[in-house]
Amino acid sequence: MSKQRKAVALISGGLDSMLATKAMLDQGIRVEGINFFTGFCVEGHTHAIRRQDAAKPKRNNALWVAEQLGIKLHIVDVIEEYKDVVLNPEHGYGANLNPCLDCKIFMVHKALEWIDANGFDFIITGEVVGQRPMSQRKDTMPVVARESGAEDRLVRPLCAQKLPATLPEREGWIDRERMFAFSGRSRKPQMALAKQYGFVEYAQPAGGCCFLTDEQYANKLADLWQGRGERRYELDDIMLLKVGRHLRPRPHFKMIIGREEGENNFLEGYRKQFVHLRAVNYDGPLALIDGTPDASDLKLAARLVCRFGKGRDVERMQVLITDQQGDSRVVEVAPLTTDDIPQAWYL
Amino acid sequence: MSEHEIDARNLLCPLPVIRTQDAVKKLQPGDRLHVLCTDPGALHDIPTWCRINGHSVSDIIKHGREITIVVQVAEREA
Repeated sequence: MSKQRKAVALISGGLDSMLATKAMLDQGIRVEGINFFTGFCVEGHTHAIRRQDAAKPKRNNALWVAEQLGIKLHIVDVIEEYKDVVLNPEHGYGANLNPCLDCKIFMVHKALEWIDANGFDFIITGEVVGQRPMSQRKDTMPVVARESGAEDRLVRPLCAQKLPATLPEREGWIDRERMFAFSGRSRKPQMALAKQYGFVEYAQPAGGCCFLTDEQYANKLADLWQGRGERRYELDDIMLLKVGRHLRPRPHFKMIIGREEGENNFLEGYRKQFVHLRAVNYDGPLALIDGTPDASDLKLAARLVCRFGKGRDVERMQVLITDQQGDSRVVEVAPLTTDDIPQAWYL
Repeated sequence: MSEHEIDARNLLCPLPVIRTQDAVKKLQPGDRLHVLCTDPGALHDIPTWCRINGHSVSDIIKHGREITIVVQVAEREA
């Protein structure tokens, strides 16, 4: 009896990795999933925070896919290691701060470490030749295989027939003819295969799963580095970039202003790390200040907070300012008008 | 069987799942893990993670914004 071969599949939660995994399960391979959490993953964070989105589903798509396929899923925290990928991408960035090629190399390399540690035979991804402008091109897909160290133990079932035979194919563990020759940006072949497999529900196609591909988010991250005078970040920094309005009234400080109750509740969790402000007699947002504001800056910040609260039209308002030690004081200010806030302050 | 607890409050999906997964690895079959969290997404994700890994959820308790999900570690490795 032949040995049961085992593979780990990179599961993003999107359709392609779901199809690629199903194709290998159908060939009798034992598959387990792996999902890497970088901190930049678009996985319901904002939905979990914002009260207005309370009714929207908050499922983790990678877990959902694993359950549909009947496989185990290992979610791995790579936040610390991933910083080097974001800060120093050898192959550069895409349209925004997305280091897609370095990211794919990193993830396949981590999967390689995992299969070696767990006695698995090969790695599966849902990549398709020509689908993505940076990491899924005919000339960059071999780079991923080579620089990750996976070489011919990396199998891309959706476009395998367009690529050189891999070790599992040569050894007869899997049949090349029962894989596919998808290429290009069209999603039609994947949707047809999903129908054939009986997958009625699936998450939106890959590409929208990382905040670093988002122009507005990337601008806020670049501003964070510029404001601090150095390129570095912690998990809290990148989480906070997903929440609230971000305004930089002066080069040495910026404000994060909750847009609704759910965001205010989330920002409450950071009160001990930031100077924060809130209107006293009117409903309004909680605002955190990141930077080194002086007394006049705090007054300006108080006027801004008033602008986004219910008392924006009154002549003067009281605002409570609290520092990281919990010491508070009240200032009375005139709310800014919309015209007082230059568009350039918005990040 | 013993009782354990982890604090995953103010962490957002999928960190409560990752903390649960890492804690369960160190527990014995039959142990119970109380996961304290505030992300409503955990109400969906932790039970899903349990199902695909053979564990079970024995209780879910809500106190305002805080949620405690009690995970029962599978008797045998799933």
